[in-house]
Amino acid sequence: MKKWLLNWRLFSLFSVMALVLAGCGEPFISALQPAGEVADMQYSLMLLSTAIMVLVILVVTIIFVYVVIRFRQRKGEENKIPKQVEGSHKLEIIWTVIPIILLIILAVPTVKATFELADVKPMNKENRDKEKTLVVNVRANLYWWEFEYPDYGVITSQDLVVPTDERVYFNLKASDVKHSFWIPAVGGKMDTNVEESKNQFWLEFDQEDAEKAGGIFYGKCAELCGPSHALMDFKVKAVPRDEFNQWIEKMKNAKPVVTDPVAKEGEAIFNKSCIGCHAVTPVDNRPEQARTAPNLGNFGDRERIAGILEHNEENLKKWLKDPESIKPGNTMTNTYGKLTDEQIDALTKYLMSLKVE
Amino acid sequence: MSTVARKKSLIWDYLTTVDHKKIAILYLIAGGLFFIMGGIEALFIRIQLAVPNNDFVSAGLYNEILTMHGTTMIFLAAMPLVFAMMNAVVPIQIGARDVAFPFLNSLGFWLFFFGGLFLNLSWFLGGAPDAGWTSYASLSLESPGHGIDFYVLGLQISGLGTLIGGINFLVTIVNMRAPGMTYMRMPLFTWTTFVASALILFAFPPLTVGLIFLMMDRLFGGNFFDPALGGNTIIWEHLFWIFGHPEVYILVLPAFGIFSEIISTFSKKRLFGYSSMVFATVLIGFLGFMVWAHHMFTVGMGPIANAIFAVATMAIAVPTGIKIFNWLFTMWGGSIRFTTPMLYAVGFIPSFVMGGVTGVMNATAAADYQYHDSYFVVAHFHYVIVGGVVFALLAGAHYWWPKMFGKMLSEKLGKVTFWLFFIGFHLTFFIQHFLGLMGMPRRVFTYLPGQGWETGNLISTIGAFFMAAGTIVLLVNIVITTVKGKKAEADAWGDGRTLEWAVSSPAPEYNFAQTPLVRGLDALWVEKMEGKKGLTPAEPLGDIHMPNPSFLPFVISLGLFISALGFMYHNDHSWGLMVGIVGLLITFGAMFLRSVIDDHGYHIHKEEIIEAEKKGAKA
Ligand code: HEC
Ligand SMILES: [Cu+2]
Repeated sequence: MKKWLLNWRLFSLFSVMALVLAGCGEPFISALQPAGEVADMQYSLMLLSTAIMVLVILVVTIIFVYVVIRFRQRKGEENKIPKQVEGSHKLEIIWTVIPIILLIILAVPTVKATFELADVKPMNKENRDKEKTLVVNVRANLYWWEFEYPDYGVITSQDLVVPTDERVYFNLKASDVKHSFWIPAVGGKMDTNVEESKNQFWLEFDQEDAEKAGGIFYGKCAELCGPSHALMDFKVKAVPRDEFNQWIEKMKNAKPVVTDPVAKEGEAIFNKSCIGCHAVTPVDNRPEQARTAPNLGNFGDRERIAGILEHNEENLKKWLKDPESIKPGNTMTNTYGKLTDEQIDALTKYLMSLKVE
Repeated sequence: MSTVARKKSLIWDYLTTVDHKKIAILYLIAGGLFFIMGGIEALFIRIQLAVPNNDFVSAGLYNEILTMHGTTMIFLAAMPLVFAMMNAVVPIQIGARDVAFPFLNSLGFWLFFFGGLFLNLSWFLGGAPDAGWTSYASLSLESPGHGIDFYVLGLQISGLGTLIGGINFLVTIVNMRAPGMTYMRMPLFTWTTFVASALILFAFPPLTVGLIFLMMDRLFGGNFFDPALGGNTIIWEHLFWIFGHPEVYILVLPAFGIFSEIISTFSKKRLFGYSSMVFATVLIGFLGFMVWAHHMFTVGMGPIANAIFAVATMAIAVPTGIKIFNWLFTMWGGSIRFTTPMLYAVGFIPSFVMGGVTGVMNATAAADYQYHDSYFVVAHFHYVIVGGVVFALLAGAHYWWPKMFGKMLSEKLGKVTFWLFFIGFHLTFFIQHFLGLMGMPRRVFTYLPGQGWETGNLISTIGAFFMAAGTIVLLVNIVITTVKGKKAEADAWGDGRTLEWAVSSPAPEYNFAQTPLVRGLDALWVEKMEGKKGLTPAEPLGDIHMPNPSFLPFVISLGLFISALGFMYHNDHSWGLMVGIVGLLITFGAMFLRSVIDDHGYHIHKEEIIEAEKKGAKA
């Protein structure tokens, strides 16, 4: 009976907190609106720890307020000398033991979740079923992201596309300085280190929550990496497995098909000035050291330009004219000579035509 | 030689002083100036982030500001201000006439000062460091220009000063206690200084090693952190945090000490659970070395390491909790006077509890994958460092100001400062917890609109201006007090319990005319309760031996400063190497002089002491 009451109280405390917190932030980026198994687990830990901590704060606050009001020196008490108390073993044992118990309550699920989140065995199995267990290689670069689907030989950039309602596994590394891969609504971050030993972890993207978030989650670089660290965003398109399969098929076979004469002109300029860095087909067999720029194979389908600007021709022209003004310190600035306005128009036509959808 | 005849110009006096009380004032002024610089940097940060897509400062400059804000606040403001308190108080609290090594004390200050000066010179010589105060190796190796070199060299110099200061206090507390001042009678501020000094002894060498590696990589062709050549950047992270985590306790333990003194004094009660407070202090110091990797949960250390460090970190909450409850029960049943220092102490308790509980939240490794490097962490550590350390320093400054300068700061203005600062603090940082949970990464120079972060950031910026206003009121208070403050009594607050309140304000050069005999915890209180006015002396009145002032600490530190400049430029300019070597020669030359010149110090004669004590008593 008592226990039931306690449970009920805890439950209501939880739900009130969950309600308060859920009002916080946008569904496509807030860790308080978890949209997958990992974020859910982390969110429950947050709620549990917050509940325990609120309890601690309440106890302290009650004693605190009582003491501060009750024992303030009143008029006429200036010479009063209070009893000099040395301490109390009983009290001291109480406030040592109770916190220990509270911490154990928190520590057990913490350890459990920590191991659960590190479980990447399925991706490292010898005969992994490639149809069922998706692995994505994430490579972080000053200030852009490359996503490689090794089972399909497909590479894309800036927009990560994943199937929903299944665990997706990631290999993480950085090619220049350390970055950190974070999709707040879907799960906590993991660093992309510069060392050879890659980090691995998994995430799960919830179909329903993805729809609530508008189909797109925001991803961030979470480790200071240089002037444009704040602009090192990426987007995540979480789609049902079927849709994902169709997309990856299209990516495997995508080739630029240029018909428009202006775009053709753009292609020529591109092949002269840009192709050394950017690939225009998702299948790019060059080694990663040679892949020094975002793959533009499906640039026309992108959510953003350079990860941050709204995806339209005007912004693309801005980017091509002066990338430095958009992302300070990026590694494209000053590498391709001056472009005339006509050239930029032509390039824009060409780039926007690079689509698979 | 008489004290009067030795009067030289004020500046020369301070350049050469080896008196712990004057060194305290030097630390206070230098630390205070750096605090203001760090504060201005903080305002720039908050202005830039007040609205999305702001261009108040550029991306690169922002990274320099954020790096210098953190580095300055920790190494050049908080550390020296803590040292200011320690120097002003600890020797007197244990009934000593000075620290164990007065010369080293001065050397410690000047090393810190020149290190800090060197670091800030970067603003004028091509740009400040820009890789964050943590200066993680891959980024700090890539960073162009000399910014990071200023960081690496400046911190080595000032870190040396800190290490020397720490060792000095360890030896002082072990060796210089007055008769009867057993370990378990030491005031809590002395205890926390003792433990913090031990932490300095063990924590600063790993930092120095890391800095030397980084210096080798950047300036002398080393490859410690270059993975392409067999190096490893994660080693930097470990070295940095093996220092960095204890550093938090190096700062916060003395803060606990300050609050313990203040709470006990203004509740008119002895500290509740003194021995468990001491035990908790030592335990925190010990555990502080076992948890560094909780700063690295997302690095990929694996679940075993993460789980171990998570649980170890949670364990620290226990001794910290003990302290909180002991403070509450010290006030329980007391007769609480809400003076300015006490206001800070009272404000500190809920603020620090907030920082503590979010610390436990961060310790839950699996959830920390969300918190890490987000504004949640920014909120957490500001609650700990501002709510704990800065509040303590402000409290301590108000509390011991009369002891340091002989005048009481205005209580009215003091309270205005407190309220502005307190409100501003919570306004600035509380909302940042939520910004972090809502997905805002830390160390971003701007953010795009439409991510739900606008309101939170604006509130945060407004809060920062409250804190700035509080600081300005404090400065006004200091100026007014200096010009026409009320002269302070020896027992300036009337309720002093520890030895520093037994000597005149400010304390005479020799601290105690006669070394006191300590007869219990809260030595002065014990005497007061027996109806006595002064302390029981442990020795007859006699001549007092004093150390001579010396200019050499200044020169030694200047030499390193010059040397660092030279070596920094040795790859760009041919004169660099020469200058580097000349600097080292100055340093070693001065050290050589120190070794060969016999310096027996001088004596203050009995008659002078009697004269001085009479004057002190009258005032
Ligand atoms: C030195 C290699 C290099 C060259 C040459 C280069 N780029 Fe880039 N480009 C980059 C890099 C690196 C980025 C990513 C910048 C960032 O986001 O920080 C980029 C980004 C882009 C983007 C945005 C990609 C996206 O996914 O949003 C476009 C479009 C682009 N480049 C077009 C061009 C065109 C057109 C040319 C030739 C005129 C060109 N680039 C030449 C390196 C290069
Ligand atoms: Cu990055």
